[in-house]
Order: sequence, then structure tokens, then C-alpha cells
Amino acid sequence: MGTRYWYKAFAVAAISGLVLAACAQGGPAATTAPTAAATATAAPTVASARGTGGDLKILYWQAPTILNPHQATGTKDNDASRLMIEPIAAWGPDGKPFPVLAAEVPTVENGGVTKDLKTVTWKLKSGVKWSDGSAFSADDAAFTYTYQCDPKSATSTDGGCADVASVTAPNATTLVVTYKNPQPFFWLWGVGTSYGVLQKTQFSGCVGEKAKDCPANLKPIGTGPYKLREFKPGDVVLYDLNENYRDPNKPFFKSVTFKGGGDAPSAARAVCQTGDIDFGWNLQVEAAVLRPMVEAADSKCAVSPQFGVLERIHINFADPSASLGAKRSEPDTKHPFFSDINVRKAVAMAANRTAVAEQLYGKYGGVPVCNVVVIPESFVSKNTASLDTCKYDLVAAEKLLQDNGWVKGADGVRAKGGVRLEITYQTSTNAVRQKTQDIIKADLEKIGFKVTLKNAPASTFFTNTSPDGANKFFADLEEFASGQEPDPYGTLLGYTCDERAGSANNWNKGNYSRYCNPEYDKQFQIVRTETDPAKRQAAAVAANDILIKDAVVIPLVNRVAPTADGASKLLKGHQTSAFDSSLWDIANWSK
Amino acid sequence: MATAQVRLGAQPAGAEVARPARSLWADAWITFTRDRLAVAGLAVLVLLSVAVLVGPVLWKQTAIDFSRALQGPSLDHPFGVDDLGRDLLARVLEGGRVSIAVGITAVLLAVALGTAIGAVAGYYSWLDNPLMRITDLFLSLPVLPLLLVLIYLFREALQLALGAQLGVFIMIVGVIGILNWMPVARLVRASFLSLKQREFVEAARCVGSPDGRIIFRHILPNVLSPVLVAATIGVGAAIITESTLSFLGLGFPSDTPTWGRLLFDAVNYLDIAPHWAIFPGLAIFLIVLSVNFIGDGLRDALDPRRKI
Repeated sequence: MGTRYWYKAFAVAAISGLVLAACAQGGPAATTAPTAAATATAAPTVASARGTGGDLKILYWQAPTILNPHQATGTKDNDASRLMIEPIAAWGPDGKPFPVLAAEVPTVENGGVTKDLKTVTWKLKSGVKWSDGSAFSADDAAFTYTYQCDPKSATSTDGGCADVASVTAPNATTLVVTYKNPQPFFWLWGVGTSYGVLQKTQFSGCVGEKAKDCPANLKPIGTGPYKLREFKPGDVVLYDLNENYRDPNKPFFKSVTFKGGGDAPSAARAVCQTGDIDFGWNLQVEAAVLRPMVEAADSKCAVSPQFGVLERIHINFADPSASLGAKRSEPDTKHPFFSDINVRKAVAMAANRTAVAEQLYGKYGGVPVCNVVVIPESFVSKNTASLDTCKYDLVAAEKLLQDNGWVKGADGVRAKGGVRLEITYQTSTNAVRQKTQDIIKADLEKIGFKVTLKNAPASTFFTNTSPDGANKFFADLEEFASGQEPDPYGTLLGYTCDERAGSANNWNKGNYSRYCNPEYDKQFQIVRTETDPAKRQAAAVAANDILIKDAVVIPLVNRVAPTADGASKLLKGHQTSAFDSSLWDIANWSK
Repeated sequence: MATAQVRLGAQPAGAEVARPARSLWADAWITFTRDRLAVAGLAVLVLLSVAVLVGPVLWKQTAIDFSRALQGPSLDHPFGVDDLGRDLLARVLEGGRVSIAVGITAVLLAVALGTAIGAVAGYYSWLDNPLMRITDLFLSLPVLPLLLVLIYLFREALQLALGAQLGVFIMIVGVIGILNWMPVARLVRASFLSLKQREFVEAARCVGSPDGRIIFRHILPNVLSPVLVAATIGVGAAIITESTLSFLGLGFPSDTPTWGRLLFDAVNYLDIAPHWAIFPGLAIFLIVLSVNFIGDGLRDALDPRRKI
């Protein structure tokens, strides 16, 4: 297995080496390229007619296996279905809903949302057709709710179901969403990649237990700009233009090839160096590798990052010692030395987030950050930059430990009352993460910790079952990242007392740090229920600041969201939204 | 021996007495030293082993320093540095300890297991069928899922019992050894099956040699050559397997720079910083080549049929 990987890696490297050499020699060819690009941009109006473009080539280095967004097992499935299945509204680049099937976005001001923030009325576009020619109606959207929120359907998009009381369709162009409680985040149901609308006729036989094996999952009918021609699960999806698409001028491309497989570096080479591909998803490649590719004189791609995924280190408040047996990392245990805030602070002060962000992530990967809520701008705290837990200062960290009785032993490891500062630091297997571990470890060992690194494959790490997983957290520090919604509710929820992961909830809750602070919970309650936007915002900022001051979590990098996609320089009309699928505006793309 | 006596007899009287009789091993050593490639291989192996044992003590430049990231070879850093600015010579030397130890120990284990099982299966026909079915079973096991299970079952326990580094070492050597003995067992069994019908074995049985003596004294030396060749190829494979495990996060902690690990880290930098891959690659190349030459030399030296 290892050998095969090697052959492939060398082959790619050898081929790209040849290509590079060819480009370097072909001086005249390189100079003609920009001129061709310039003429193309000069005539954008010609390009906007429906179906005048050729084949659009998209490469995802993970291959889609299903085309129903509600049964998706990963972003690749969601995105592959997005060309056909559309939500009522998308999350635009500004973090606000952008109408797709809706005619307008409901707000309190335009009367679409009731004053008590419980009922949201969506007005939908009229005359929309499915790709099979039948008419789309609000009934399809209401059906999607029934399908999605039936527990037996076991959908992967049922996160919002707990808060929704009902979704009904009084007439063909009106959809009413009713929440159980006042919902400050009233766009929760219906917007974004998790709420793709299915055709009722096609999926009505697929609600409940039949959902998983429904044949329609592999050939869904949608309202989007493209329709399915052929799908080979785990390999490739081929689409044709949807003649019934509502905008007569779109889409530009006659067909789309959505290829899956390979790895991030080879995807980057395909879109930036060889130009075989128009759009490469998630170029998660080390800065030193990606940057020369993107910025080379003959580079064929552009990367325009939007940030909004927080890479951070969680500190374990529970005791992960193996000697505890079944009680290991349970929320009612206490960590032997991280229960001392000074030790936590020292760890935070030894985190060189600038080095991690600049050296490993680079300008296409991420920026250093010291907040838990990193988007949207209005909720981001401006108070944290001056805190000592946000400043990389090894001398101060060492002093803090020394002053509080943690004294260095003969082997350079600090101890107090027989408790040694020995740390296990775990994360998922990924070249960038292992290098982050190396950087953090080197600094922690300088100030008197002993650090053992551990990493597990992503498929094991992000589970509630594995002892090496993030949920069980049988370690002292752990690092991972997650995206953030346009509202901080979900992000802040993960640090409340009720959300502490433990065997009682099958390790399924989101508070992996097992942090519990009544003061924090009070601020969070305001975020949950307050209807005054200003007060809610202040509470969210206060909650964020508590987490930083108390050194619960060590934010490192604000990474690109949703992914650092590479688009061919020839591709036009493409806009990145940090809150939605990479392909959210594919109808607008042209060349 | 007959030819030797003829040669000795040709010499002046008296010299015959002064020359002591050569044992099997002394004889093998003389044949071995006549093979230049084998001697060169041995020299390289010894040199590399000494370098990785002593090197890390003398050459300590493991600090992270971004200001020199990805620099090529220079006088200060003969092998260049990696993307975090760590000296690659230091990492290659440190990594060599683990890689060489894992490669050789794992192969010794695989060869010992394979030879034992193959010999028993080949010699005792009533054990042949069950043992060969077990061999088939091991050959048909899917390697990666099995590794996952083994590692989850034993890693913690071994680390607690033997310490983090040694625990992982024993586990990896064990896992590689247990998954690679089957080809050796088949080779040994096949040779045993054909050899035990031969006249010299029958003769040994006639004079009343016990089974153990027949196996170890008469048959085993004759099957040593294919086993040695298999073993030398196995060393390279074991080093690569170890790097696969490290890459999956199942091997040594990611900050233990084994040669395979260094190569995996370097893959994406092949066009920007080729030195990063060249030196650990060269080290693996040298060690596998030298072990192969030694294997060739040993095969010739130990083959009873090639004796002059």
C-alpha cells in the first residue's frame, strides 16, 4: 500500500517537473498566455449566453458517493449534489442569506418574521421548474422538512430539527417555518447546504427507514443549473445543462465533469501548474508548497481565501490518566495540573500562533487568531489581543510556573507536590497538524513540560467510539478545527456545562474540554434567548472573552472557510462564501 | 576436504601440521571475505550503524528555526534543513537508529518464525497440512485492518509496561514480523520437502540420527541460502512498512524522525527542496543495498554445495 502511494507521488512529481521544465524553456509561449487572458476578459458579455461554454472540469480529492445532501457523509457529497439540489436560500459571502428558490429573504422589518421571532414566512419564486419539467412548489420544501426531520430517515442534516416545530406550505409560493421557542437566529431552517430541497414526487417513497437505500439518492432531480447524466459513486459525476433552469441566460457551461480522488497536492498541481482542471477543491497544502504554485509567473490558478474555520488546542479539564479505568476523562474527574489556571495560562502563553499561521498555513491558509468566535465580524471580540493568554511569551510563562511553585527537576521537567507536568498532545493525522505539534512541543519543552505527541487518522480521530478520538479525549491537549456558522450560537454551545462529553451521553456532546463555569453559562443563556441584537452580541463577546481569559481553549489559526479552493484564472463569476458550499454560485460561473 | 588435502599434500612436509583445521564458520568467513561486494556492503552497514549510534551525540542541531527554512545543503547543514528549519543531518542520524533497528529486528523475527514453521511443516508430514493452512490464513488476512486491531489492543498495554518508545518499538517489530513470516515459511517447507528425500538425509536416518539433528545439522544448512535472500529483501520492506505505519499515525510518535517518516514529509517538497528527500532516500537505498550484498555473500559462503 505504502509502495503504491510512493509510485504515485513520484509519478506526479516527475510529470510536474517535466511540465515545469517545459514551461521554463518555452519563453514565447509564456508571454502569449497573458494576452489571451486579456482578450477573454475584454468580452464578458458574449460569454454569458446559456450553454455556450464547453465542459467545466471540477476536481475534488475526495470522491462523492451519494448525491442526496441529506444522506451526505462529507462535503464532497454535499457539493456534488449542489449543482442539482438547491436550498431556499444560500449563505452569501456577507453571512446573510442570498435568495435561491426564495423570492426575498424574510426579516422582522419586511414582515417575514414575527415580532416574537417564532414564525418565519418565506415567499418563494414562482414559475420554477424541476429538471424533469414538472413545477416546483412550496409543498416540496415542506416535504423536505418531513423527510429530513424524521428520526428514522437518519439524515446527516437534522441538526436544526430540534428547534423547529413545523414547516408548512399554505400555498405554492409560501413556506411557513415555526420554531418551538423564540429563535434569535431565525434563518436556522432553510438556508445553506444542509437544507437542499428534494422533489416530493421522487422522494415521497423514501421517508423513514427506506431513506438510506433509496435509488433516488443516486439520481436526484433538482432545480439547479445542471442535471445528472451519469454518476459513478466514488469516481466521477457527469452533468448536463438543465434546460428547465429558471434563468434563461444561465448556466454558461454545456456540461460539467466532477472528478473525485487523488490528494490535495496533486489537485493543486492540476489546477495551478498543468491547468487541466478549472476548479480544485480544498487545496489543503503546506504554505511553502502552495504559495510558489499559485504565485508562479505561469500559474494558472487563483486562490481567494475567506477565513472562518478555527484551528485550536483544547485543554482537558478532566483527568485522562489511564489508571482511572472506566472513570477516565469523565467530566466529574479533575485534571491533576490543568485544574491550576496558571499551568493552563503557561501553555497558552507558549503557543506561537504567529509562527504556525505564517510558516505552515501562509496567506492562502490562515491568519493567527486569539478568539473562539472568529466570524462574522460583528460577533468577534476586540478585547482579547491585549490579554496575557494571547501573547507568545516564553519568559513570562516560565516565570508564572516558577512563581506558583512548579519547579524544574533534574531532567528539566517541572513538578509540584509529586505532580509532574507531563502532557500527551493528540490530533488527527495531517502533515500541517503534525508540524504544528512539533512547534508547540518544542516551546512547551523549553518552559518545563514533557510532551508526548500522538496522532490518529481522521476517520478514527473524529469519532465518539475510539479511545484515540477527540470526543473521549484520553489526552491532555488536543487540536482540531471546525467551521463556524453565521451565528455564534453553535460555537459557544460547545463550552457549556450541559454539553460536557462523557460516557453518560455516549461521548457525543460537544464540550470536549469538559469545561464548566456558571459565569460562562449565564452569558450563553443570553445568547440563546435574548431578542435584542445588541445585548445578544455583547453577551457573545463576553462569553468568548471568558474562554480566553480562563485559558480553556488556545485558538491558533483562523483558517480558510469553507476550503481553500483553487480556481482557474480563466474562470469568471466565482465568489467564495465562508458560510456555504464552494459551489453555491456555480450557476454564475463562466469562462 | 579431499581437494584440500591434495593441495596440502603438495606442500613441503611439516607445513601440514602447522595449519589448523578450518571450522565451518571460519571457512564461510574466508569465502565471504573473498566477495568484494559483500565486504563493501558489510563496511557500509557497519559505518551507517556506527554513524547513527554515535552521530546524534556529536551532532546536536534539532532546534526549530524558521529563518533558515528549506535551505539546501551548506557547510553548516551538510544535508540542508526542512520546512521548520531543522537540520536534516541530525534528523537522518536520529531516524536511522529507529529505522535500522526496526528493519533488522523485524526481519530476524520474521525469518525465525518462518524458518521454524516451514521446517516443522516440511519435515513432519502430519503437521504439514494444518501449518500450511495457518500460513494461508495469515497470507489472506487484510493487513491494514489487522494492524489497527493489533495496535488498539496492545499499544497502551505495551507502552505502560515498557515505556512509550520501547513499547512502540516492540509493537511495530512484532507486527511487521508477524505479518511477514509466511513467504519464508513456504520457501523453507518446499526445500525441506525435497531435501528430506535425498540420500544423505536417508543415510543420516539410517545411522540413527535423531530428528533434531537431521533438521539442524543436515537439512537446515542447505536451505539457508534462499532464506537469507528472502531476509535481505525483507529488511527494505520492513523499513518501508514502518514508514507506512508512521504515516497513518499508528507507528512512532510523529516527532520521531524515522527515515520513512522523513521521506513522507518531503514528498510535497520534491520540486522546491529535493535535498529533503534525497538524503533519507539515499540512506534507505544504501542500507538495503548493503544488506542485499551481505546476503549474497553469505549465501555463497554458507552454501555447502559451493565449497571448494
